[in-house]
Amino acid sequence: MNTSEMYNYKVVRQFAIMTIVWGIVGMLVGVFIASQLVWPVLNFDIAWLTFGRLRPLHTNAVVFAFGGSALFATSYYVVQRTCHVRLAFDRLASFTFWGWNLVIVLAAITLPMGLTSTKEYAELEWPIDILITVVWVAYAVVFFGTIMRRRMKHIYVANWFFGAFILTVAILHIFNNLAIPVGLFKSYSVYAGVQDAMVQWWYGHNAVGFFLTAGFLGIMYYFIPKQANRPVYSYRLSVVHFWALIFTYIWAGPHHLHYTALPDWAQSLGMVFSLVLLAPSWGGMINGIMTLSGAWHKLRTDPILKFLVVSVSFYGMSTFEGPMMAIKTVNALSHYTDWTIGHVHSGALGWVGMVTIGALYYLIPRLYNSEIYSVKLIETHFWMATLGIVLYITSMWISGIMQGLMWRAVNEDGTLIYSFIETVDAMHPYYFIRLLGGLIYLAGMLVMAYNIARTIINKEPAVAPVLAPAH
Amino acid sequence: MSDFTSEFWSWFIIIPSVLGLLYCVILLMRTNTVKEQKDGEVETMGHVWDEDLEELNNPLPRWWLMMFYITIVFGAVYLVLYPGLGSFAGILNWSSVDRYEQEVKETETLVAPLYAEYLATPVDDLKNNVSAMSTAKRLFANNCAICHGADAAGYTGFPNLTDHDWLYGGDEETVKATILNGRRAAMPAWGAGLGQKGVSEVSEYVYSLTRESVNKHYLPAGKQRYMAMCVACHGPEGKGNMAMGAPNLADNIWLYGGSLRAIAESVDKGRAGNMPAFGNQLTVSQIHLLTAYLSSLQKTVN
Repeated sequence: MNTSEMYNYKVVRQFAIMTIVWGIVGMLVGVFIASQLVWPVLNFDIAWLTFGRLRPLHTNAVVFAFGGSALFATSYYVVQRTCHVRLAFDRLASFTFWGWNLVIVLAAITLPMGLTSTKEYAELEWPIDILITVVWVAYAVVFFGTIMRRRMKHIYVANWFFGAFILTVAILHIFNNLAIPVGLFKSYSVYAGVQDAMVQWWYGHNAVGFFLTAGFLGIMYYFIPKQANRPVYSYRLSVVHFWALIFTYIWAGPHHLHYTALPDWAQSLGMVFSLVLLAPSWGGMINGIMTLSGAWHKLRTDPILKFLVVSVSFYGMSTFEGPMMAIKTVNALSHYTDWTIGHVHSGALGWVGMVTIGALYYLIPRLYNSEIYSVKLIETHFWMATLGIVLYITSMWISGIMQGLMWRAVNEDGTLIYSFIETVDAMHPYYFIRLLGGLIYLAGMLVMAYNIARTIINKEPAVAPVLAPAH
Repeated sequence: MSDFTSEFWSWFIIIPSVLGLLYCVILLMRTNTVKEQKDGEVETMGHVWDEDLEELNNPLPRWWLMMFYITIVFGAVYLVLYPGLGSFAGILNWSSVDRYEQEVKETETLVAPLYAEYLATPVDDLKNNVSAMSTAKRLFANNCAICHGADAAGYTGFPNLTDHDWLYGGDEETVKATILNGRRAAMPAWGAGLGQKGVSEVSEYVYSLTRESVNKHYLPAGKQRYMAMCVACHGPEGKGNMAMGAPNLADNIWLYGGSLRAIAESVDKGRAGNMPAFGNQLTVSQIHLLTAYLSSLQKTVN
């Protein structure tokens, strides 16, 4: 049998399984640090377990280990299926799997040890940054190599988004992490002061824009039409929102630095382009949801479709909330509060998490020539995830807005009405509700792990022949 | 504005910003070439990927298009009014620094009479003024409590401000000087000079000033070392020296802990207590109020 006539499912399978594993690990760490915020004694006076060290472990694990593995798995699957050709460079693809997981393991060791470059979402020290760069270049070679070998002239829309995500993340990662090493475990950024902050948030916001948005839109553009068995709503809309989205996102970073030492002109530009970003973001939502036209009834019975469609709804909600929070007047209230944490999690748990979960439920049975063990358990998982998110984001909205209002409340004598500790005290019950939401979401992931394990146990990996393009 | 070292950099920002907004407009105009049809099926693009993936070509939703245009127009207007396009300050001539200074000034004007009245009132009268003390309490909560605690009772390394025991002195002028300029203590590290045994001996002696000694055989050598090394600051009887903030070692009140181990650590590694200067963030009247507040906290003792 000539393997070049088969799709490369092995690397997809590896990444798909690790998505679930790292998802559980990353969310577990999240639940643990959420408990520490409720009961600070849970850091046990052990430096490795303190919030400051585990929080970057949580963010790195969920964004790059869980989200990253999901993107590798789905992009590798989608690019070969829609190019009608086997994934290019088997050994390089295999290297990206082992390399990426090595990065994750190194992160899980170095971050609790306190080794950090202190750049948010880019905390890993320079040797690991170099490894990431090497893996990422290999990823680009595999992905674009496959595109170049495609047997369809037209490139499917999902691949535009995957391609933009891979290219831009490479640039962001390299320029944000430029640093001068002073030892194996310590380096200093080449930028200083407010310039360092600006480069950091140019990176930070585009980690959201390209890693967690463009990449996951790629997932949406394949798995929603597939699961709904309906054509994409509008090619024209996908063209406009793709080009507008990837152009506009790049400008939005300064909204993380409103009312700081960042010059006024940069803050204004950041705000203006963040607002302009609303429509391009919603273009994706419209295309996702309207693809269901004529198939709405399927939502009643198909929990996978529920995951996918609700994820797009959360996408629409957080991409509305984001531009609003980027307006300086709103930001004056929301900045540094839990509102931001709620916003991030409506994107992370609602959009990224749910679209990934939906895609995995579609994908994994096909990778094992199997049927899902229990559709009912998917339904259970869906409701657990939804309930978890609702508890999480509503508690953080209330807590965050309350926090912001308490911080700015002033007496007639010009003094602040509340001391900092009083605001912390007021947030305590909401931290508990947030923990509860996180726990339920995590428990849903465990239900998924069980369901998937029962689905693939004793099953042979699927071997699928490359399909000839239809014309 | 000084952000730009030359006109070049200003245009370097202006041109891509304006082109960026134009790019969005052109993109919309060029793609919005079909109108919404009332009847009939929308055709697919004619491509099929992976068995059944197809694309319809529905027109851009009108409400969405309008929303996009509105945000672009809003952005353009905003950049005319406010700073954004390079060194162009915007026609409102707004700046965050001006705005901040204006707000501070407004507040200061508003509260000035109140604080002038407080400043003119002696500390002893102020501490019985309920509304003055509630202002002072909030000032304390937002400036001092982070180290000294909400009840001002301190913590290891942070002095208790309620116990009549003052490192630099508790009279009005000294307390004000402490808040205004801060204090920087410097207990040297003796570990290298004394060696481990020497540290143990001195610590034992210091411990014995307030409690029953455990290792009595250390005391003679400890006292000798104390009289040679420590006496200059802490005095022959261990009563300290407020002029330099050297703590009283004979009153069983311990800033860094009074266990033998904690004392040995202070001797071995030294201590560098640092009270920040608040002269930049508190006004003279506010410091006056806080002094009265601290004085009011002492009244419960003796």
